[in-house]
Amino acid sequence: MSQQAGSYYVPHGSRWPIVAAVGLFIFMWGAAHWLDGITPEGPLLLAAGAAILVFMFFGWFGEVARESLKGLYSAQVDLSFRMGMMWFIFSEVMFFGAFFGALFYSRGLQVPWLAGEGHGALTNLYLFRDYTGGWPTNGPDAIGGPFQIVPPWGEPLVNTLILLSSSVTITIAHHALRDGNRRRMLPWLVATPILGMLFVFLQAREYMDAYTHLNLTLHSGIYGATFFILTGFHGLHVTLGSIMLWVIAYRAWRGHFSKDHHFAFEAVAWYWHFVDIVWLCLFLFVYIM
Amino acid sequence: MSTHAATHDDAHHDDAPKGFVHRWLFATNHKDIGTMYLVFALVMFFVGGSMAMVIRAELFEPGLQLVQPYFFNELTTLHGLVMIFGAIMPALVGLANWQIPLMIGAPDMALPRMNNLSFWLLPFAFLLMLSTLFLPGGAVAGGWVMYPPLVLQSGESLAFTIFAIHLMGISSIMGSINIIATILNLRAPGVDLLKMPLFVWSWLITAFLLIAIMPVLAGAVTMLLTDKYFGTNFFNAAGGGDVLLYEHIFWFFGHPEVYVMILPAFGVISEVIPTFARKPLFGYKPMVYAIASIAFLSFIVWAHHMFTVGLPVGAQLFFMYATMLIAVPTGVKVFNWVATMWKGSITFETPMLFAVSFVILFTIGGFSGLMLGLVPADYQYHNSYFVVAHFHYVLVTGAAFGIMTGVYYWLPKWTGHMYSEKLGKWHFWLSVISVNVLFFPQHFLGLAGMPRRIPDYNVAFADWNMVSSIGGFVFGATQLLFVANIIYTVYFAKARAPARVWEGARGLEWELPSPPPHHSYSTPPEIRPGMLAHEDAH
Ligand code: HEM
Ligand SMILES: [Cu+2]
Repeated sequence: MSQQAGSYYVPHGSRWPIVAAVGLFIFMWGAAHWLDGITPEGPLLLAAGAAILVFMFFGWFGEVARESLKGLYSAQVDLSFRMGMMWFIFSEVMFFGAFFGALFYSRGLQVPWLAGEGHGALTNLYLFRDYTGGWPTNGPDAIGGPFQIVPPWGEPLVNTLILLSSSVTITIAHHALRDGNRRRMLPWLVATPILGMLFVFLQAREYMDAYTHLNLTLHSGIYGATFFILTGFHGLHVTLGSIMLWVIAYRAWRGHFSKDHHFAFEAVAWYWHFVDIVWLCLFLFVYIM
Repeated sequence: MSTHAATHDDAHHDDAPKGFVHRWLFATNHKDIGTMYLVFALVMFFVGGSMAMVIRAELFEPGLQLVQPYFFNELTTLHGLVMIFGAIMPALVGLANWQIPLMIGAPDMALPRMNNLSFWLLPFAFLLMLSTLFLPGGAVAGGWVMYPPLVLQSGESLAFTIFAIHLMGISSIMGSINIIATILNLRAPGVDLLKMPLFVWSWLITAFLLIAIMPVLAGAVTMLLTDKYFGTNFFNAAGGGDVLLYEHIFWFFGHPEVYVMILPAFGVISEVIPTFARKPLFGYKPMVYAIASIAFLSFIVWAHHMFTVGLPVGAQLFFMYATMLIAVPTGVKVFNWVATMWKGSITFETPMLFAVSFVILFTIGGFSGLMLGLVPADYQYHNSYFVVAHFHYVLVTGAAFGIMTGVYYWLPKWTGHMYSEKLGKWHFWLSVISVNVLFFPQHFLGLAGMPRRIPDYNVAFADWNMVSSIGGFVFGATQLLFVANIIYTVYFAKARAPARVWEGARGLEWELPSPPPHHSYSTPPEIRPGMLAHEDAH
């Protein structure tokens, strides 16, 4: 059955989408000016755009939360939201897919070819005769200079345990919510973004260590590029996820969620599990292998 | 005011919001947003079109007459980006916005506010991108595909263009999420998946494609950004990277992207041909499966754009055979359209004229695609005008004609007025003749060896270039008739369109009055026998 009978729900017009569009535009306009150093106002514009976006998120999501509390959203609207979130996460999977693809391609095909395997024999002979490939590598010209990699069994392992336990805590919180036990839910829910922030903190320390002691930087050839871009975008997602979790924790504390009406909670939980799974892939393919 | 108001969360049950700002800037109505998409696409069609006119004027004769070579390159680059992301895609999303809720018995799109954001990101994205024309150093000029290392040598424009592409990507992803949620969640009871109109099917699959590929494009251009501004070495062999990495990622996006532009057009044609042939669509289910298999295959053929870059032979063979495979489901579609017309009592109103020409001319583009998909042949054709001819047949006489078909077909429904059939016929005949004068000779030029993306050429290519340019000017001018017809229909036409605009039309949209009420349905419509076009297909 496509849907239940009854009347349809259509939200009224809203000013927030256009605010979002303007905010994003100013943000990117500023970012481009900054990168190109066209005007000194670049960073300012960027900050203004970001501020508009934050304002917009409060406004838009606040409005949706209020409408939801008024009981305006039917089961059908709830399902639309769920689908929206699921497909959004799918798009994020594909985004990370591009960078993982870059990693696998470089490591599995490009570097061996540069080192003379397969049809790369002549390239190697004429251009990069001394290059033997291998992984990690910063290429035939050793761009960025000699470097060491972050050993997987130190902080990355700790970070893995942190993220895994944060997945456990959010699940316990979710079960408590479904049992209608708010008092049991809250501590587990709050623990989750705390673990997330701990993760980001350790990751930042790891970056600092890489830059100061290991000489592993963004410039360290293809290894540095894939390492920092993959873990960096992941770290950004953990940060955003943590912020989302704080918002959810606040709303849970205010009693916004009921046993069977808590889409926002579930959406954030899905997102968090997604971030977790990406990390497991990173830990496996970037750190260990 | 209409009594059809759907449940609102507050008192204002009076339908269409009043005032410009409320109606358009804060829009949540699928019809208003659809209209904005379509108008935006039309404007961009002319922006991109005027660039094409300058390109054709420069190529009218050998030698450099009008523009500097660098500016020429900016024009070809922007022409591609504007037409793809500004004209074709938004027009198709506009059709989706208008039609999908009408066709499945939904009140609106599933997520109306996000729908607004999807649209309003686009004008800003193009502001960002077109503003680079006025930057010192000019716009990006490395071609719409933006290959490194060439594109990394752009001036200040690269960051702007990349951010513009990010905005377009966000817009497409949100639009697609909306379309999927609408189709899966808001169908009226009785509109089963396998009873949906093919236009809806085509968009369901296209939306899935878009969500899968736009993030990949975002990833690719983000790597360009970090390579240029943050010192990474994704595309630098000296650092262990590879320029071909970009091409792989780009075409992983790029080939499905061409199907994003053609599948909804397939959908339109599959609606229009049965109507004017007065026969149900031949082979409804195979048509659905054909779209699905085209979509699947489109993910495993990308390297046919890279046959000449030095891929391992095994890879070339794989991508060649996979490319050939696409011809099978595409053939199914073409044969089914023809079979639908077979022994039908056909009339040739403007939408049908465009639809029939679509079937023929798109097929020509498909055949040249097959030629290009053969590795040894592509060694000769690659980067020549033959490729230009190929993709303009599939994109102009394919995607763009498909859109025009849809606009003529549904305009009376949207506006409540009939367009001028006479003007429509003029538009059609002038277009279909001039477009062939424009693009057919480009096959010859390509086979004779004229490279694409050059402002000047060997005198040996002079004659056909002149012919092509003349066709181009006529085609460009003819599109003004299209605009005239639309303006006429919206503002001046007297003749009122009935609910069932076309005698042979079947489907939910024709049960509503023309124009339909502000909220198409406030409660799910009751599906009675005879209302759905494909009810016996199950
Ligand atoms: C039967 C189906 C098709 C086949 C076998 C096919 C094959 C090809 C091949 C092999 C190329 C690369 C040529 C080269 O650069 O040497 C190509 C280019 C192209 N095709 Fe198709 N194609 C098909 C359908 C389509 C459709 C439906 C569209 C769009 C609606 C399309 C749009 C393009 C575009 C835009 C390019 C040029 C890209 C560029 O280099 O700028 N093709 N096609
Ligand atoms: Cu292709």
